[in-house]
Amino acid sequence: MAEFGLEQGEEDGTRVLRLSGSLRFAEAREVWSSVRSAAFAGEGASPPLVFDLSGVGRLDGGVAALLTELQSSVITSGGSAEIRGANADVREILELYGCQGVCEREAPQRKSLLTQIGQATDEVIGETKGGLEFIGSLMVATVSGLRRPATVSWSQTYPLLERAGADGLPIVLMIGFLVGFIMAFQGAVQLEQFGASIFVADLVGLTVTRELGPLMTAIVVCGRSGAAFAAELGTMKVSEEIDALKTLGLDPLRHLVIPRILALLIALPILSLIADLMGLIGGLLVGLFTLDLTPVAYIHRTQEALDLWDVSSGILKSFAFAVAIAMISCQQGLATSGGAAGVGRRTTTAVVSILFSLILIDAGFAITFNALGL
Amino acid sequence: MSDASEQEGESALAVPVDESEHARGSDEPLIRVENLTMGWGDFILQKDATFTVNRGDVFILLGGSGCGKSTLLQHMIGLQQPMRGCVKIAGLGDEGPEKWGEPKFHVGPPPFGVMFQSGALFGSLTVGQNLALPLERWTELPSEAIDAIVRGRLGLVGLRGFENHYPSEISGGMKKRAAIARALALEPELLFLDEPSAGLDPVSAVELDELILTLNRQFGLTVILVTHELESVFKIASGCVFLDKDTRSIIARGDPRELRDQSEDPRVRAFFNRLPREAVEEATS
Repeated sequence: MAEFGLEQGEEDGTRVLRLSGSLRFAEAREVWSSVRSAAFAGEGASPPLVFDLSGVGRLDGGVAALLTELQSSVITSGGSAEIRGANADVREILELYGCQGVCEREAPQRKSLLTQIGQATDEVIGETKGGLEFIGSLMVATVSGLRRPATVSWSQTYPLLERAGADGLPIVLMIGFLVGFIMAFQGAVQLEQFGASIFVADLVGLTVTRELGPLMTAIVVCGRSGAAFAAELGTMKVSEEIDALKTLGLDPLRHLVIPRILALLIALPILSLIADLMGLIGGLLVGLFTLDLTPVAYIHRTQEALDLWDVSSGILKSFAFAVAIAMISCQQGLATSGGAAGVGRRTTTAVVSILFSLILIDAGFAITFNALGL
Repeated sequence: MSDASEQEGESALAVPVDESEHARGSDEPLIRVENLTMGWGDFILQKDATFTVNRGDVFILLGGSGCGKSTLLQHMIGLQQPMRGCVKIAGLGDEGPEKWGEPKFHVGPPPFGVMFQSGALFGSLTVGQNLALPLERWTELPSEAIDAIVRGRLGLVGLRGFENHYPSEISGGMKKRAAIARALALEPELLFLDEPSAGLDPVSAVELDELILTLNRQFGLTVILVTHELESVFKIASGCVFLDKDTRSIIARGDPRELRDQSEDPRVRAFFNRLPREAVEEATS
């Protein structure tokens, strides 16, 4: 079979591209680049174009699709193009690929800036409405669940608690330790200049228990459990399991969401306490090995710096963090649509929204505590 | 796929049937779909759909891809709310001798069973736990009794011994049968099936048809299903409606065998005779 060939010529004011030989799929790339550049060569108003296929002995489907596309592109860009000279076999293949007449392509409509802003606003309003509806439904489900406890799947809480709490313990231990360690190092460099190394204990104790312990733990739980909840419920939604649950007379909120909120409400404060402790240990090690402090002096200083409120205010925050993580991840999971891509999209949205809400909640607590003088 | 799927058993009650032995419903209406218009936003999928399903029917929602069959099914079970019109099911309301009412969830035990296209078994639970879930929620039965019912239901659909398998460990056909068993858990009189034989090999599909007919005959179940499988339709259906995508309406209703042989609508004839529509239109003109 002869190889693919291309010649250009002119006949009666018409530009002719003579294709010859065998147009096989294996050569599709070469055919595409050479015919395309020949078809669109020249500037300004180009004369009518003819693809002459009289020399073509064989045409594979993929190449037929390319020729059809090229013809269509020329016509769409305001020119004229026709395919002629094809033998019966080649013509049949071209017709299968819709090469009769003009293959009109619908130009994508450009949206005006105002339309885009309007659509984005509409989406935000829709999302907000969805979120508020979810909160309302959840409150109703919680109240009715408390009145009739048998309607809530409490038994689901234990395995969730194990996954969110016990399984997440190693990473929380490590992060908690490193946070205290890093804080102490950074503080030591500055405080040593003033001969106030002992106050590293104050710095680590207060920042870890009031802020960084609960916040870092919440971020870890967001990455582990928040993403898992959103992906899990999202997958259940797209595989019709949520619908199936409804048709069995089981409320997804009481069966899936309330156990998850409860699991995080128990797990997160405990993990935060453990992270606090590990942070203090991290600070202590820096104090011992780089600042030559004695363990007794460091622990005594920490005891003096901290009171019960410092620890409990952090734990109080972690309850709010737990509710935010569980609610946002479950809401996003249950709002999933559009198959696997939808699950990915909602999981990403869940994680980003949770992180944003954690910072907002933390700021809210900081302002409130400050205003109350706590 | 585990070895489990290779050991798939025969349905205990399934009996071979031929086309002449299809289901025959009564004259007593069980579901009324009245002027149902469905869609979203400005888009209307089907408008003013009106039909009745009688008790004891095996009733098929038919039509080309994208015409709204599964959406209609979701409206009939109350998972979606219509833009206009309503679906009424006898026995779900409080008033009148028939107690017509609209399907609703979370207000009591589900009044009917539903099997989704994918089976929608809960992946984190075993097949037995999937079946036990509605029984634990809606009955006061002790766990031994629930276990016995689960084993019985699985036996009915030919899955005895698969209680402890997870959905990921059984084949597609077994998942669908397990989903039917779950839909039957609370002894419903009405069963909705969304494309039960889609993606199944011919033998599994035929076994599923036989199971549906058996349930209809032996237990008097009214079955409403969405399917594209014409062999299934001619074998089991007692009635059908044909939804059209272009006109967004029901263009034919009745016995599918009669529609196949007697319909003058080229769209319906093309569908039932597996012909390109152009060929039927040319022959008609």
